[in-house]
Amino acid sequence: MKSTPPSSPPIRRGRTRTVLPGFGLSAAITSLMIVGLVIIPLAVLILRAASLGPAGFLAAAWTPRARAAYAVSLGASLAAAIISSLLGLLVAWVLVRLEFPGRRILDALVDVPLALPTAVAGLVYSTLYVEKGWLGQVLVPMGIRGAYSRLGIVLVLVFVSLPFAIRVVQPVIESLDKDTEEAARLLGASKSQTFLRVVLPGILPAVVTGFALALARALGEYGSVVFISGNMPFKTEIAPVLIVSRLEEFAYAEATAIAVVLLGMSLSMLIVVNVLQQRLARNAQ
Amino acid sequence: MSIRVDGVSKSFGAFKALDNVSLDVPQGTLLALLGPSGSGKTTLLRIIAGLEWPDQGRIEEDGTDITDRHARQREVGFVFQHYALFRHMSVFENIAFGMRVRKAPQAEVKARVDELLHLVRLDNLGSRKPAQLSGGQRQRVALARALAIRPRILLLDEPFGALDAKVRVELRQWLRRLHDEIGMTTVFVTHDQEEAFELADDVVVMNEGHVEQRGKPDEVFDKPATPFVMDFLGNVNVYHGRVENGLAFWHGVPIDYPDYPHAQARAARVYLRPHELDIARAPAGGGPSAGPEGTSLPATVLRQTRTGPITRITCQPSQGGSEFHVDLPSAAARELGLQPGEAVSITPRHVRVFLPDPEYVI
Repeated sequence: MKSTPPSSPPIRRGRTRTVLPGFGLSAAITSLMIVGLVIIPLAVLILRAASLGPAGFLAAAWTPRARAAYAVSLGASLAAAIISSLLGLLVAWVLVRLEFPGRRILDALVDVPLALPTAVAGLVYSTLYVEKGWLGQVLVPMGIRGAYSRLGIVLVLVFVSLPFAIRVVQPVIESLDKDTEEAARLLGASKSQTFLRVVLPGILPAVVTGFALALARALGEYGSVVFISGNMPFKTEIAPVLIVSRLEEFAYAEATAIAVVLLGMSLSMLIVVNVLQQRLARNAQ
Repeated sequence: MSIRVDGVSKSFGAFKALDNVSLDVPQGTLLALLGPSGSGKTTLLRIIAGLEWPDQGRIEEDGTDITDRHARQREVGFVFQHYALFRHMSVFENIAFGMRVRKAPQAEVKARVDELLHLVRLDNLGSRKPAQLSGGQRQRVALARALAIRPRILLLDEPFGALDAKVRVELRQWLRRLHDEIGMTTVFVTHDQEEAFELADDVVVMNEGHVEQRGKPDEVFDKPATPFVMDFLGNVNVYHGRVENGLAFWHGVPIDYPDYPHAQARAARVYLRPHELDIARAPAGGGPSAGPEGTSLPATVLRQTRTGPITRITCQPSQGGSEFHVDLPSAAARELGLQPGEAVSITPRHVRVFLPDPEYVI
C-alpha cells in the first residue's frame, strides 16, 4: 500500500469566517436598496438641474424669491430643531424617570405625529390659530399670530420633528447608570451640578443626533407647512413650497435646481452636526 | 465617627426590606453586613448613606440625629459595586469631583488628588479614562474618589462583587491594610462570607430585614446563633434528628449534647460541618457496628471532588438516608485513597443542634 502524505485541511482564504447568518446576501440587498432608492433618484435630480447650465441654474435657483425661501426654510427648521431637541430631552426625561398615571399613554402619543398625515396637522393648527380659532381668538389680540406666519411654520415643524428628538434620547436616558448620579450627590454635588456635569455629558451626543434628525425632518416638510404658512413669497414661503409652485408652472428644471440647492444645504448641515456628534460621543465614552 | 442605627424599618411597597433594625458601629470599626440578596443589607447601607429614608427609626452619628440630613450633607464616602465612575471624566477629574463641586482651590485639588492616586497605587494613570482601566483599578479610583472629600465614614456596597477572584482577594487585603492605616469607621456589604470573615472586625449577619447575629468573625463561625446563620455560612450537613438524655442522634449515632438533659425526646435539627467529621476505611468484614462503641456511622463512599487544598467526599449512610459530605485536606484524602463504593465509618467530632421553637414541637 502506498503511503499518502498526511492531508492538511484545506485553507480558505479571502473570506472571514463567521457564524452570523446572511452577511453576503444582506450586504447585496442593502447596496441595491441604497442605489435604487437614494442614489439613482438623487443623480437624476442633479442631472436634470445640470441641464440648465451654470447661468440657467443660477437664474433659476438664486432669485431673490428663492433666496428668501431658503432663508425661511433654514431659519424655521433650525428654530424647530432647537426647540424639538430641548423639548424632546425634557419629554424623554419625564417619560423615563417619572412615574405617573398615564405615562404609558403619553409615551404612545409621542409617535402620533409620525402616523398622522402632516397635512391634517397643518389644517388643524391653522384652524386653531386663525383669528377666530380657539387659540387664535386669545393669542391674535395679544399679537401672537400662529397662522399664516413664520411662527406657524415653526409650530408645525416642531410638531412633525419632535418624535425624532424624543425617541433618540429616550433609550440613552434609560441606559443611564443611576449610581453615578447618586455618587455625584454623595460627593456633594447639587441637583443642577449633577445634571450638568454628570448626566448631560452622557446624553449630549444623543441630543445632537436628535437635533440632526429633527432638522432633516423639518427641512423636508411640506404638507403641514403649506396649510399654515399662507405661502407668501418673501415672507412665509419655504423652499419645498416654492418647488411645488415651480412644478405647477411646468418649470421642471427650475424646480430641480431649487431642490439641488436645498439638498446641498441640508447635506452640509447634517455633515456638520454629525462631526459634532462624533466628537461629543468620543468625549462621553 | 460612630454610627448608631436605631429601630430602622423600611418597606418598598409590600416588601419589608428592613424590620426594626438596630446596630452600633463604634468609631474605627470595620464592619461587614453579610447576608443573602433580599436580606436588607444594601438598603441598610443606603439608609446610612442618606440615599434612602427609613419609614421608622433614626440614624445617629456620634450621638447626633442625622436621619433627615440629605446625602449631600452627610459627608460619607460611598463605593458602589459597579464603580459608578464618571465615564466622560479622566481618573484625575473623577477623584477631584467632590472637591470641584465644593469649589476647592486648584492647588489644593491637585495636591489631594496626587496624594490619593499614590494611596491607591495609580500614580501615573490620572489622565486615563475609566474605560481604559481594569476592574480592580476602577474600583480603586472609586475608593479614591470617595476618600477625596475626607468623609467621616466609609460605606462600600459589594465593593469586590464585580471583580475576578484573584483581584478580589488582593484588593480586600489591601483595603484591610488601608483601613488599619486611616482607621475610618467603615461598613461594607457582602454576600461572601469569606470576604466578611477575612476583612471585618465585626460581622453582622442579616436575613429578611433583621439582624440574625452580630459578633467577631470567629464567634459567628463557631457559635452560629440561629439555624439561618448556620445554613447561610453553608458547608454544613443538616439532619432532622432528635435530642434525648443529653444526646443528639444523627442517623442513629449518639453524640454528646449536654444542653438537653431531659428524658423526653424532641425533634431537632442536627448540623455537622464537613470538616468536623472523621472518616476511616471500615475494617474488612466489619459489620454495621464498626467503630468504637457504636459512635460511628457506617457509610458508603459515593464520590470525591477536589477543590484545591480540600477534597470533599460525598457519602451515604449504609442503612439509607440522605447524603452528606466529609471534607479532608487533599493530601490526607490521597493517602487514604478511597474509591467510590467503599465502606467507611464516620465519626462526628462536634455537633450543633437547634431545637425548634416550642410551639412547633410535634
